Amino acid sequence: MSTISERFFLLQSHLEKNCKSKISKITGYVSFTMRKFLFSVLSIGPIPAHVAFIMDGNRRFAKRHTLLQDSIDPASGHRLGFRSLISTIQYCYEMGMKCVTVYAFSIDNFKRSPQEVQLLMDLMREKIEEMSAEDGVLKSLDVKINFWGNLELLTEPTRLSAKRAMDTTMHNKGPVLSVCVAYTSTDEITHAIEASVRDLKGKDQVEVSDLERNLYSASYAEPDIIIRTSGETRLSNFLLWQSDFTHLQNPKQLWPEFSLRHLVLAVLDYQLVYAYLKKRKEEIEKNK
Amino acid sequence: MDGNGRWANRRGLTRVEGHKAGEAALLDVVAGAIQAGVKHLSVYAFSTENWSRSPDEVRFLMGFNRDVLHRRRDQLNEWGVRVRWAGRKPRLWGSVIKELQFAEELTRANDVLTLTMCVNYGGRVEIADAVRSIADDVAAGRLKPSAVSEKLIQRRLYLPDMPDVDLFVRSSGEQRTSNFLLWESAYAEFVFLDTLWPDFSRVDLWRAIELYLDRDRRFGGAVDTPTV
Repeated sequence: MSTISERFFLLQSHLEKNCKSKISKITGYVSFTMRKFLFSVLSIGPIPAHVAFIMDGNRRFAKRHTLLQDSIDPASGHRLGFRSLISTIQYCYEMGMKCVTVYAFSIDNFKRSPQEVQLLMDLMREKIEEMSAEDGVLKSLDVKINFWGNLELLTEPTRLSAKRAMDTTMHNKGPVLSVCVAYTSTDEITHAIEASVRDLKGKDQVEVSDLERNLYSASYAEPDIIIRTSGETRLSNFLLWQSDFTHLQNPKQLWPEFSLRHLVLAVLDYQLVYAYLKKRKEEIEKNK
Repeated sequence: MDGNGRWANRRGLTRVEGHKAGEAALLDVVAGAIQAGVKHLSVYAFSTENWSRSPDEVRFLMGFNRDVLHRRRDQLNEWGVRVRWAGRKPRLWGSVIKELQFAEELTRANDVLTLTMCVNYGGRVEIADAVRSIADDVAAGRLKPSAVSEKLIQRRLYLPDMPDVDLFVRSSGEQRTSNFLLWESAYAEFVFLDTLWPDFSRVDLWRAIELYLDRDRRFGGAVDTPTV
């Protein structure tokens, strides 16, 4: 069984394969090694186990960089956003995080124009297939993928891709990627309530733990950090229940600009507040 | 209203004195909200998680909430503030509940500003309490499980007619929600200020409002005008 480092190096090589040049392979190896050193220094402090991202700013990025000709490919911002997602999760897992959750598509986003919605559905399907491919990131990093949301609202081909990806990676032992699509927190809670209420045998009282058991996130730890890019300061109906102790961050970079150094800064910021958060959490746990 | 304890520690005072200093800050913020034209203000006075504090501090906080309500209700009434309570009864001192109910009754007809005191409140607990009332209806056959919807849940919260939160301010630099008004803050703008609560004044509130006004709230829809 290859180690995580070997697997990452293999992935790096896969990514460089297209260029086929020795130089790019060497620079790939050098940057990987430098990251390994950087992350080992970071690990002197606590590394968050679970980070969630609200990937905001794709369209603004495309509009700003008019070279990308938004009108020719209206999804250009989102394609770059996807690239940013893949490299970000790679860094997260290299750093030792066990879970990454991302807000990919909200139920509110169905309000956008039908053309944009269809575009996003198609793009999602395309990217799920890409990730699930033989040389894709899910296989090479042994990632278990979840899709959280009201999946019935997705278009059929997209929903099927998502289901296939979940089935294929169900037994993977590596890190977890939870993608929130057709999701809102209030919808998630509503479904949990409906399920809890159906489960009742008539005499039981519904407790907080019953609701928690029925959330999509039931078997996972709560996020340590939620990062919303592009400087926005709302949760927009994302993980409302699970985020009571979550450290909220809103870097001003747009999602396609979010890079390794921003992630490192995010973790350093978290490390500064960690001791205080831990103390407050323990006080409350002891009372339960 | 975070930071009373830290404020006190920095001055070598007891936590109790920190909470006392917080009272003046609250009244100033209420006055500032009225001046700014805010119609609804909710404050987290006592959380269900605060029961885990030391028994002395809990005893103080219960008595303090009761006394502040008693001391300030006439002043708030004069200002035209309508006081309301969001929270649950279990464990909450009877004397505090009495003061809350008295203040609610006294100020019922006011319409300048609605001040919601969240006392013995918890975000998850509020939803669990709503679910309990829904579950009772389902068990009694008055409601089908398939009828459970966001609207139904909204109607079973402590104060169903309270509008959603637009601006969520937390003092003392803590950057988390603590599940305060969990359901109602789905689309709220968060402003985290470093000021400790006893140092908070109406000016800090206005600063938060200014930051809020600068933001672009889209509620999931598209960006129609290009922003630079």
